[in-house]
Amino acid sequence: MTIELFSGAEIVVKSLSALKVKYIFGYPGGSVLDIYDAIFQQDDIEHILVRHEQAATHMADGYTRATGEVGVVLATSGPGATNCVTGIATAYMDSIPMVVLAGQVASSLIGNDAFQETDIVGCTRPIVKHSFNCRSLADIPDAIAKAFYLASTGRPGPVVVELPKDILIPQNKGPFCIETNIKMRSYNPNVNGHPKQIRKAAKTINEAKKLIVYSGGGIVIADASALLTKLVETLKAPITNTLMGLGGISGVHKNFIGMLGMHGSLEANKSMANADVILALGARFDDRVTNNVEKFCPNATIIHVDIDPTSISKTINAHIPIVGLVEVVMQQLLDELDAIKFQPNDEALKEWWQQINLWRQVKSISYQQEPTQKIKPQRVVEAMYKITNGEAYVCSDVGQHQMFAAQYYPFAKPRQWINSGGAGTMGFGLPAAMGAKLAFPDKHVICITGDGSIQMNIQELSTCLQYNLAVVIVTLNNRSLGMVRQWQDMVYDGRHASSYMESLPDFVKVAEAYGHVGIKIDTLEELDEKLAQAFSIKNRLVFVDVLVDEKEHVYPMHIRGGAIDELWIRKGEKA
Amino acid sequence: MRRILAILMENEPGSLSRIVGLFSQRAFNIESLTVAPTDDNSLSRMTIATKGDDKVLEQIVKQVNKLIDVIKITDITDRSHIERELLLVKVATVNEKSRTEVKRITDIFRGNIVDIGKNIYTVQLTGSAEKLNAFIETLQNETEIIESVRSGCVGIARGDKALRV
Repeated sequence: MTIELFSGAEIVVKSLSALKVKYIFGYPGGSVLDIYDAIFQQDDIEHILVRHEQAATHMADGYTRATGEVGVVLATSGPGATNCVTGIATAYMDSIPMVVLAGQVASSLIGNDAFQETDIVGCTRPIVKHSFNCRSLADIPDAIAKAFYLASTGRPGPVVVELPKDILIPQNKGPFCIETNIKMRSYNPNVNGHPKQIRKAAKTINEAKKLIVYSGGGIVIADASALLTKLVETLKAPITNTLMGLGGISGVHKNFIGMLGMHGSLEANKSMANADVILALGARFDDRVTNNVEKFCPNATIIHVDIDPTSISKTINAHIPIVGLVEVVMQQLLDELDAIKFQPNDEALKEWWQQINLWRQVKSISYQQEPTQKIKPQRVVEAMYKITNGEAYVCSDVGQHQMFAAQYYPFAKPRQWINSGGAGTMGFGLPAAMGAKLAFPDKHVICITGDGSIQMNIQELSTCLQYNLAVVIVTLNNRSLGMVRQWQDMVYDGRHASSYMESLPDFVKVAEAYGHVGIKIDTLEELDEKLAQAFSIKNRLVFVDVLVDEKEHVYPMHIRGGAIDELWIRKGEKA
Repeated sequence: MRRILAILMENEPGSLSRIVGLFSQRAFNIESLTVAPTDDNSLSRMTIATKGDDKVLEQIVKQVNKLIDVIKITDITDRSHIERELLLVKVATVNEKSRTEVKRITDIFRGNIVDIGKNIYTVQLTGSAEKLNAFIETLQNETEIIESVRSGCVGIARGDKALRV
């Protein structure tokens, strides 16, 4: 019997195929041409050609956030790989599983400053979960299988695999064999919460009078929404979500009191500040949540559930730390509550909810729109919510529009809300939306963006035409970098240094030049009709340029250096 | 407070750079770092001397542990342990007095003169960082130090506690 032999490039593709990869997002170049040649000669995996490698990473990322599958990126050595850096950092900050296959110059040239040589493993070291340098053809399947395993288990994250040219070429061949059942002696993420900690947590919850559940992106990543809802309903407690956690519980659930943090609702931030027990689930007490850590919720006992021990007691000390998979720990908690015959304390709950409802009545998430005024950006988000029945995938860029989307589009389900929360990467929105649309071609996929962000990856309009990705792009066009301008208004006495754009293109014509449909909306009276028209166009990308009020600020907003509940709730008005 | 961390990790290319990168990336302090393969060639053993309060130390230990290549990390400072550092120092011995003094001090500190050149002695000393400091200070009072190199500390816990796979 003869053993079939394959080139390294073929082994790369066969390994991906064995791991059930459907799409690779990438851009060719010298060091990876052998892989492209191997992709060309098979049908299992489709390659999506972007127009810039950064977009390949964001598109893979968007695809992953929408589906839960590991996103795969392929880039050539040198600039191809370094263009991926922002996308890798974005995925790392939001714990998104991603495998980046980066070409490298031939092994004999490494270290010689060869053409298109960059130490990409070195460049990305602080922003990956792990990385692999393949040094021989035989290393490839193991490195790729381990990359997938590491990317998708424990706290997920991006993994880089570096592939030098000489191990890919057809002149060198070897047998193909891949072990997908990976075990690593140095990597054993916790699964179960420690039973003693679970008992302590259940006891603390049982005795709480003002409990709040604070959940984050971990719930979305774990697809643990049903269990979270059950837990919240058992506890009858209020729940707030982080920016990354939106959709973890339905945005219209009666116990949901809105997003917390810098631009969170008054009721969410007040409830945190006044709670006696905070149950943190898959959230990491990010600085955009806590405001001044010295003043953070001094009276609360904090139960912190997270898969990553480093997240616990990093910024805020946890009284009851629990390391484990959030879905497993929530089930353990429910079982323990059952075992101790937990009964919600109706009297305390009544008082707690009365207080929360008083904060709710302030209506901190609200805006004024007069018929004759310029369009308020919040109004556009509300209109999109109505038109799409609240069922769209909403992919956001970074800035004011991101916060308006988070505040005014209540997400019914996890994975519906796709945004760069940790890294805050402008230019994320369009490619992420393309990834979501690729996964769900029959669903409404919105890219909500601004006139600044959209221009950071606008070249991808070309990719959209090639693959018929009928995303609806809605630009809340305020002719400025809105969030920067807002800070300049509030902190820099209104000096708008480099925050406005004097030479914006005609976005309708840009869209048309790329072969898409462009719609401009200038007045309030045409808003609903034209937006509905945009969403009614199937199978074509529609670029909606909405001219909104450039003076609008995002409120509420944390007062700098204050406690979590110290907020501006309107211009010049503190809570 | 000064802490001694013992780390057992995969002996893979890039493992060391991940640890060093982590310390600079997160602004942790490294006083010294030593690393070499163990009796099992697939493993490396590292000793890091660092400084920080309890909160910082907790993060350092957790963050190092999070690195995929790291198998185990333990803070041996508070348990009974042995800590050693190697010093090689070249001192000027230009006259009889300095030669006698260097020899005498070296004997007192239980070091060895390992090389002799024209007007130069090279002395080897092992011990705790504190002992090495005291030795250097004493030498300085007697003669000129021409060159010195220290290995950074290595540490191991006493008794049957072992850091192994």
